[in-house]
Amino acid sequence: MNPFTYSRATAVADAVRDKASHPDSEYLGGGTNLIDLMKENVARPTHLVGLNKLPLADIEALPDGGLRLGALATNADTAWHDEVKSRYPLLNQAILAGASPQLRNAATNGGNLMQRTRCYYFYDLATPCNKREPGSGCSAIGGYNRVCGILGTSESCIATHPSDMCVALAALAPTVRVSGPNGDRTIAFDDFHRLPGDQPEKDNNLEPGELITGLDLPAKGFEKNFSYLKLRDRSSYAFALISVAAGLELEGNTIKDARLALGGVAHKPWRDQEAENMLKGQPATEDTFRRVAAKVVADAKGHGSNDFKIELAKRAIVRALKQAAEGNQHAADVFLNSNP
Amino acid sequence: MPQHPTNSAAAGVAAPPATSPVQLSINGQQHTLHIAPWTTLLDALREYLHLTGTKKGCDHGQCGACTVLVDGKRINSCLSLAVMHEGDEITTIEGLGTPENLHPLQQAFVDHDAFQCGYCTPGQICSAQGLINEGHAHTEAEIRELMSGNVCRCGAYVGILNAVKEVVDKGIKN
Repeated sequence: MNPFTYSRATAVADAVRDKASHPDSEYLGGGTNLIDLMKENVARPTHLVGLNKLPLADIEALPDGGLRLGALATNADTAWHDEVKSRYPLLNQAILAGASPQLRNAATNGGNLMQRTRCYYFYDLATPCNKREPGSGCSAIGGYNRVCGILGTSESCIATHPSDMCVALAALAPTVRVSGPNGDRTIAFDDFHRLPGDQPEKDNNLEPGELITGLDLPAKGFEKNFSYLKLRDRSSYAFALISVAAGLELEGNTIKDARLALGGVAHKPWRDQEAENMLKGQPATEDTFRRVAAKVVADAKGHGSNDFKIELAKRAIVRALKQAAEGNQHAADVFLNSNP
Repeated sequence: MPQHPTNSAAAGVAAPPATSPVQLSINGQQHTLHIAPWTTLLDALREYLHLTGTKKGCDHGQCGACTVLVDGKRINSCLSLAVMHEGDEITTIEGLGTPENLHPLQQAFVDHDAFQCGYCTPGQICSAQGLINEGHAHTEAEIRELMSGNVCRCGAYVGILNAVKEVVDKGIKN
């Protein structure tokens, strides 16, 4: 690691001020991604603003029936929280499908949104990468791109956002609460992360110095009919090749409301609202799900070693929607069976 | 208490960096370390406190050999800075048992032949204690899943599973 200074923030305003007064500084939450990136010399901050003593670790009910997840609540405490298990089991499953128990105990909710891609070339200082070094080129295009994206990619970057939790969040559509040098604001989750375009070095739409303070989940949690389906190279402790978060609201066999988001396919958690609209009013049948799946990947583009993801995504969408419609998924006790 | 990394006497090593005092509570004992902010919790334990039971495997949070308990919760000490843990109670393998009085997990690992080279074992045992503290794993399948952050290169997984399962089944908390 390169040398840096460290300060421990005790209030959000102090953290924002401290960050603004140090160029090349970073906020430090659980550290599970940032410290690794610093060891790899991919991140080289000269100052860290330590957040872990800020009072942002609570999970609390909101007056509108929603739930506020503190930015510093750990992924583990969030997944196993009673309200999350009973009302947002999709989120419970997605979090527990990711990383390892040790990492989930340290990693924070805010940090989960802020983690960087695991594209091989982003970590490999010997090769060009537009995300790591803007303008240097993309080694994944024409290179080994098994883990890379098939939707919303650009000529600059085909990296994916690696999170499981964020795929469930994309489906549940919370607002992201942030504080920054210009005050507080909220960002709709779908607008938080961005597509690479010609600025792949920017993962999200935060303004400089802004700090995530929490996530406000809306009341609707799709707790009866949902599925988080994760497909990966080994059955535990691996990033998704494809993941699908599906939530359905059914009246009889008719779909009244639907949410559908994919992981492992794009620079951001990929929510497809057109596909959701296609599902609404339709019978919850395999035929419906096949048509919707075909639509989701209609514009997908493979890059060689990830061509398989197009067909895999299609099949995963159908399976996840079927599981959601069957309504026999539960929180926590089925995290072992996300690949039945 | 020595306050120098074990390699500081080596020839050609750069001058030590600016340090600041960091108070850590390890296995019930208070320590004041004068360390640079980039010192990981793992390096603080091994190189400054000479608690070498905690192992450095991959140093990237992938193998689990560095697992310790922070306020009873297991984390990878390689992906955490020592300065982040002032005010926390840290437990390492040295705090779980002694050669004369083994912790139930240590005894179970011996009884079930749950290691060969032993390098991953302190992390496995700290992780298993964290698993027991969490209380979510009861079946073999759940123990397998919730021990997936600990890799054993010798492949002693059958013994590890049996050892952890025995202690889980006995309901021994610590």
